[in-house]
Amino acid sequence: MKQFISFVKKEFSHVLRDRRTLFILFGMPLVQILIFGFALTSEVKDSKIVVVDYARDNASRAIISKFEASHYFDIEKSAMSHDDIYKSFKQGKIKMAIVFPAKFNETLLQQNKAQIQIIADASDPNTANTITNYASAIINDYKSQLDKTMAVPYQIFTETKMLYNPQLAGAPNFVPGVMALVLMLVCVMMTAISIVKEKETGTMEVLLVSPFKPIWVIFSKAVPYLLLSLVNVASILLLSVFVLDLPINGSVLLLLAESVLFIITCLTLGIFISIKTSSQQVAMLISLMGMMLPTVLFSGFMFPIENMPLPLQIITNIVPSKWYYVIVKSIMIKGLSFSYIWKETLILLGITLFFLALSIKSFKIRLS
Amino acid sequence: METVIRTEKLTKRFGDFIATNEITFEVKKGEIFGFLGANGAGKTTAMRMLCGLSIPSSGDAQVAGFDVYKQTEEIKKNIGYMSQKFSLYEDLTILENIKFFGGIYGLTDKQIKTKSDSLVEKLGLHNEAKKLVSGLPLGWKQKLSFSVAVLHDPKIVFLDEPTGGVDPLTRRQFWELIYDAADTGVTIFVTTHYMDEAEYCNRISIMVDGRIDALDSPVNLKKQFNANSMDEVFYQLARGAKRAE
Repeated sequence: MKQFISFVKKEFSHVLRDRRTLFILFGMPLVQILIFGFALTSEVKDSKIVVVDYARDNASRAIISKFEASHYFDIEKSAMSHDDIYKSFKQGKIKMAIVFPAKFNETLLQQNKAQIQIIADASDPNTANTITNYASAIINDYKSQLDKTMAVPYQIFTETKMLYNPQLAGAPNFVPGVMALVLMLVCVMMTAISIVKEKETGTMEVLLVSPFKPIWVIFSKAVPYLLLSLVNVASILLLSVFVLDLPINGSVLLLLAESVLFIITCLTLGIFISIKTSSQQVAMLISLMGMMLPTVLFSGFMFPIENMPLPLQIITNIVPSKWYYVIVKSIMIKGLSFSYIWKETLILLGITLFFLALSIKSFKIRLS
Repeated sequence: METVIRTEKLTKRFGDFIATNEITFEVKKGEIFGFLGANGAGKTTAMRMLCGLSIPSSGDAQVAGFDVYKQTEEIKKNIGYMSQKFSLYEDLTILENIKFFGGIYGLTDKQIKTKSDSLVEKLGLHNEAKKLVSGLPLGWKQKLSFSVAVLHDPKIVFLDEPTGGVDPLTRRQFWELIYDAADTGVTIFVTTHYMDEAEYCNRISIMVDGRIDALDSPVNLKKQFNANSMDEVFYQLARGAKRAE
């Protein structure tokens, strides 16, 4: 234990003495939170939606068939109740719901105006905005067809409701993304570099000859970064609550626990990279290309996954940050409990164990 | 005299390649044993096996009385090691380095305190003790490195080309440290490419193509090969090497 403490102390001295490392550790979250305020928008196709049709008349059917024909939408099920809608939203099965009130056609014909309700999952505000606009356009299109045959123009009002994030603030979307990105950077890259550095300078050899077990060398390397990453998670959350006015809707404890899991995933990846490489440059390149880039591209935080070609969509499943992003979004923004994210948690755990086993195996091969 | 290293037909193969081929030798307590050979002759592989870093393919060896197959942990506790690269942490101070290495060898705080005081005294590093190691001249770094390697009073210390890149005067000073340690009963196992250093050893072995082709005191070796200097002895042996680098 004394050996272990000596080692952890030494690791902290390394980190705290290096200005560049310190900047990456503590400047990065701040800079990223400020930079990523501007998220990107793009076209969204095949959004899964449900239709609740209390009217079941000519007008509602005509509009539904227009939705069916559109490649922007993919109708999951029709004729459900309001309760079912919210359940589907929570499970993340649908992006939007359309509700036709009873006697839709009758009201439209008699009073010349009628209402349709559109409910969208705004935890991803760009997608929500885009698809509600598509929906309004389709409804307007139907209205203009009617107008051609009638003397008096009809009015169909759409009442749009944004679930989870009514102001469509961009922040909720990028905060989970920045968290994934920063943790990836700190844990994967820094752990990998700090282990490879010892190989490069020859100190690793000295450590291996010492009675301090190799597996403990690795472990003591990981502990300081685990602690520092937790500081990072805390500072990002504090920034988002107090600077961006973004409340944490779900359990903070659950969020922290999931973050610890993701940090461990990243540490294992970092250790794996460090075992496979022998120079700091290579370790850094692999961390950047192999971990950071996929996080930016494939976690769904910059570019909607729904929109990617199928092979890419499949690839996103092996990117750990995608799962962490989904988990953080669910807890922070949707305020969901563990029962909704246990699957994602399990996948993350699986990835961690896989790389841990792989690291231990290749570490042993290297030693013999 | 007590034998601290004993090998019997120690062999390491990597596939078809035999890096170390049935080497047999003994090293006595307090001896300065020079381990010579051209690059690629198998020195490093042999040394790694003796340090418990690599498991032999066949043959036997005991280091400090422990078996290299089964008791590598015990061996590690009883040896010190200094690599050819400078192996202290440049971004830590001298005292922090001593504290860290003392720590991983399981010394108590009190032991570490006493050791660092006497070490600073011995090397005359009073003014530098709290400065980063990166600022020290290479000669001092190597002396410090050696002192750290023997911090935990090992029975044997392995030095892998410890004096690369320093001038003869500094090398001479470094060897005074080695003699001091040997006088206290520490066994020194040293690899080197400098033949003047070979002369400083009590006995030397010269490896060629994985085998030990010569093993005796420098004086006897010069007689045996009818040579004026260790340089000549080394050339005569190394010329016969078949292994390309």
